[in-house]
Amino acid sequence: MDLVKLQRQLVDYRDSLYHECFLDEQFTQLQELQDENNPDFVVEVVSLFFEDSERLLNELTKALEQQSIDFKRVDAHVHQLKGSSSSIGAQRVQKSCIAFRNYCEEQNVEGCLTCLQLVRQEYYLVKSKLEALFKLEQQILSAGGSIPI
Amino acid sequence: MVLGNDASSSSLSNKNLSVLVVDDDPLIRMLHDNYLKHFGLKPLVVENGKEAVDLFQLGTSFDLILMDKEMPIMNGVEATKALRDMGATSMIVGVTSRGSPSEMQAFMEAGLDFCFEKPLTFDMIDFILKELNVNDDDDTNN
Repeated sequence: MDLVKLQRQLVDYRDSLYHECFLDEQFTQLQELQDENNPDFVVEVVSLFFEDSERLLNELTKALEQQSIDFKRVDAHVHQLKGSSSSIGAQRVQKSCIAFRNYCEEQNVEGCLTCLQLVRQEYYLVKSKLEALFKLEQQILSAGGSIPI
Repeated sequence: MVLGNDASSSSLSNKNLSVLVVDDDPLIRMLHDNYLKHFGLKPLVVENGKEAVDLFQLGTSFDLILMDKEMPIMNGVEATKALRDMGATSMIVGVTSRGSPSEMQAFMEAGLDFCFEKPLTFDMIDFILKELNVNDDDDTNN
């Protein structure tokens, strides 16, 4: 496996994620926190985000299936998802939560269900993108190289 | 904006600052804890406003408290009010996801020194530390 080629691939892939707004500057700050004392920081934080988000998506699905929907509860979950996605730089997930909260305020069930669909989609997209990014990083490290900035 | 390496070069001067992070979200706690460590600080981390108040009642004081707004048991507004009523002179910085001007105003009125919207950034911490008067990364030769 050509190391230089891999590194090039990583840079291009990562750039595309920013370009397509999957990630924003906040993710860059996370990477800046990673060093020899904290070598797995980004993966750890992102894993926590994955766990949190999947739990919240399940809660949202359940909450919206109720006969009598507790919109305050739905809003609280979306609020949390918005907060954590913005904290790791998952911009598209964050933005999809904004629309969701508007429908919660209006107590619009159809709107909420559509938004849940959208948020879920954006979440799984960014999840697979991040996993691909980490895989590339792992390949570079295994080949004895370092991850380009 | 000067960040990264210069932040850690001023870490010696930040070492004696006592910091408390108050947030119910484990992801945010982890993030803020690491952000502050990056600046050479060693924060204590708690999950809600009541834990912060309890610490203060035990006689622990902090130079800086990062206070989330929405938390169970005791939220940021209540905790800030309680701390000020007890005579806390810490710098209390609200960090919240709810960014409407009226909500931030209400939080400020509880006794905050500053209020920022999440996510926390290096720039914000830099600003806070400058306000605390110990971030001397404008000086050279550390």
